[in-house]
Amino acid sequence: MSIVLEHVSYIYEAGTPLAQRALDDICLEIPNGQFVGLIGHTGSGKSTLVQHLNGLMKATEGHVYYNGEDIDAPGYDKKKLRSSVGLVFQYPEHQLFEIDVFSDVCFGPKNLGLPKEEVERRAREALNLVGLSEEYDKQSPFELSGGQKRRAAIAGVLAMGPKVLILDEPTAGLDPRGREEILQQIKRLQVQTGMTILLVSHSMEDVAEYVDRILVMNHGRVMLDGAPREVFRHYKELEEVGLAAPQVTYIMHALHEKGFDVDADATTIEEAAGEIMKALGRSETLRN
Amino acid sequence: MLRDITLGQYYQTDSVIHRLDPRVKLGGTLLFIISLFFFQNMWGYVIAAAFLALVIHLSTVPFRYIVKGMRAILFLLLITVAFNLFLTPGTPLVSFFGGHVRITYEGIRLAVFIALRLCFLIIGSSMMTLTTTPNNLTDGMEKMLRPLKLFKVPVHEVAMMMSIALRFIPILLEETDKIMKAQIARGADFESGKLVQRAKAMVPLLVPLFISAFRRANDLALAMEARCYRGGEGRAKMKPLIYQKRDGIAYLCLGLYLVAGIGIGRL
Amino acid sequence: MGIIKAQDVVYEYVKRDEEGNVEGSIRAVDQVSLDIEQGDFIAILGHNGSGKSTLAKHMNAILYPTEGCVWVDGKDTRAEEELWNIRQSAGMVFQNPDNQIIGQVVEEDVGFGPENMGVPTKEIWERVEESLKAVGMYQYRKHSPNKLSGGQKQRVSIAGVLAMHPKCIVLDEPTAMLDPNGRKEVVRAVRALNDVEKITVILITHYMEEIVHADKVFVMDQGRIAMEGTPREIFSRVEELKALRLDVPQVTLLAYELQKQGLDLPRGILTIPELVAALEREKGSLKKDTPEGKDKKCP
Repeated sequence: MSIVLEHVSYIYEAGTPLAQRALDDICLEIPNGQFVGLIGHTGSGKSTLVQHLNGLMKATEGHVYYNGEDIDAPGYDKKKLRSSVGLVFQYPEHQLFEIDVFSDVCFGPKNLGLPKEEVERRAREALNLVGLSEEYDKQSPFELSGGQKRRAAIAGVLAMGPKVLILDEPTAGLDPRGREEILQQIKRLQVQTGMTILLVSHSMEDVAEYVDRILVMNHGRVMLDGAPREVFRHYKELEEVGLAAPQVTYIMHALHEKGFDVDADATTIEEAAGEIMKALGRSETLRN
Repeated sequence: MLRDITLGQYYQTDSVIHRLDPRVKLGGTLLFIISLFFFQNMWGYVIAAAFLALVIHLSTVPFRYIVKGMRAILFLLLITVAFNLFLTPGTPLVSFFGGHVRITYEGIRLAVFIALRLCFLIIGSSMMTLTTTPNNLTDGMEKMLRPLKLFKVPVHEVAMMMSIALRFIPILLEETDKIMKAQIARGADFESGKLVQRAKAMVPLLVPLFISAFRRANDLALAMEARCYRGGEGRAKMKPLIYQKRDGIAYLCLGLYLVAGIGIGRL
Repeated sequence: MGIIKAQDVVYEYVKRDEEGNVEGSIRAVDQVSLDIEQGDFIAILGHNGSGKSTLAKHMNAILYPTEGCVWVDGKDTRAEEELWNIRQSAGMVFQNPDNQIIGQVVEEDVGFGPENMGVPTKEIWERVEESLKAVGMYQYRKHSPNKLSGGQKQRVSIAGVLAMHPKCIVLDEPTAMLDPNGRKEVVRAVRALNDVEKITVILITHYMEEIVHADKVFVMDQGRIAMEGTPREIFSRVEELKALRLDVPQVTLLAYELQKQGLDLPRGILTIPELVAALEREKGSLKKDTPEGKDKKCP
């Protein structure tokens, strides 16, 4: 059970002088249950990549396998794939259309042709998963606050019962409070359901705390792939492509260069503070 | 998907045709289209083709780009041709199905003429939009229609609305594409089913699209007011329309074409 | 009186039910007073619903206070005959880059404001040129705005306001919809306006790192001004910022954490070099007086 990409390339307007390689020979495996952050700036190909994973776009070259099956093989059930690999687009609240929140969340499972009770059971469950209680069920989705709209929209995809959830910039346009809330909700969701989650973002600081693995894309290629601390080690390369590692990384590397005996891989504030205190020989004194 | 439509989208380059006064291009296009309906023989079309070729050449817009835009109306063209081909009475040449369907000499003649007329009409008018920025075009229209102000027609407002609509078309097309994909990801089906089902399937697309359009309109109105927009009164022009020498020459060429085309075409 | 002055401003939205009956009112801005000096770089911080955008809309007479008074360049915003003068002196840039560009070509959009003001044609062109140069978008003057990146579009919007020769520019979350590169571009352009053109800037944002260079910061919460001071003063009040759930930069958080653990660092550290330098000093002083120093500091 996993997603495998084999030499996937995608070319916009192939065969014309305007041809542009949006994805360039991508090989990738995302095992089940992993929480992955996909980072890249606008135009790096990250949005194109995720649309390949649920068959909205078809690779110009190469193959995409879901659970060992080629999703572009003739006769492959794309509709079923889309219910297993849920994709939440950027600004998902712009896709809300029903008269109340509950009906909107029902839209997905209803399209799967499920019986009414099952549709409603799933909708309720999905709303619970994003933390919207029953009191919102009968409200118009257009009257919710920004963060609530986004939750409702995410529930709309969760109600399809996906095994993999892809979120394209789930924090875009939210304020710090909304950003933190959504990210924590997603983390809870992952812990509760064990779902594979792919979080697309252009902010390292946002995802660093939450994910197991970071994929960095640039010019349609996967530039770096590894655990957050491994990826941040390449902060200079990240800088060159217009991305930045979290500030802590810069501080720790700067201190390391100045002769401080610190572990430059520290990624959180607590780790960093501990390292600095240790390097200054202050950690024991504090304990005493 | 929807972004492939290039018919009539402004093609950015610098040419004599691009620099012409929009009023010349508007008037010229109108007269060119009218002239097409006067032709009764092949020569008229030959002259029109030559005129069009000259304009295309001067505009430096690649011919392939123009043809690419034509694909969008190919279906319409084929239907029109088919109708004229099969339904024109006259001297039969071939007949099928026991004479129920037949192709006549007059039918072929008419079908060819109609096809040419339609093609020229579309190429002619897209030459105008390809070489004139929509703003320029609305400016031209505003100035040409200015006399209508006497009859309380809100010329400036209409022109401003048109130019804003044109600016937002690509944005809304892109948005449509996005919403469509998002709803497909939720299992929506826009492609199969009967007409009623298909119409129903449009609801999840249209509701968000309308809401977005209204939100944008609201934002835009605010932004325009914040930049002191208060209608056409007392407004200056960044690019005022003033006839140049080349516009005079263009009018002359147009006149020559009309005399030659209609004179010979109606023989 | 400064360029913008607000005195006890209250703004209430009236909420209506489906039949249009008044259900009650919501106080979006509550007793706000501020006085902004000509030439300052002011930042207004707060999260969504804190009232910061509503307050901003009072600064160029898009909204009028329910109670209290707002003066722009000495003119009461409720004076109808001054409306266009007020809007010309206090330009406004909005959040969504797509929804505020009117022109089909960059230069035409920048010319829109001066056109509305009835500026003579020749001068419009001069203003367009200088404004586009000021935001570094001159080479894109013939481009269609649809082909530009988010950051570039916002710079065009800023140029559009600049061409109206305002005394002050209010930017209402201009970076909220941009990626990190776009944000940097816009902030750089805004700082240049203030440094080079000496225009008063009022930047409304929820990104802390954008306010580091401000002369003065107002933090809003629930329609009121919750904090007020220089960035350094604001950043030294980490606990309060955390309580308002604002995004404190990691470097400030780390410095705060170290202080809590007993290090003697200056308050309100804003940048990485500052922190590194402070830590180096700390290390130096430790070396000098160890082992006695250790004992002295932690008895």
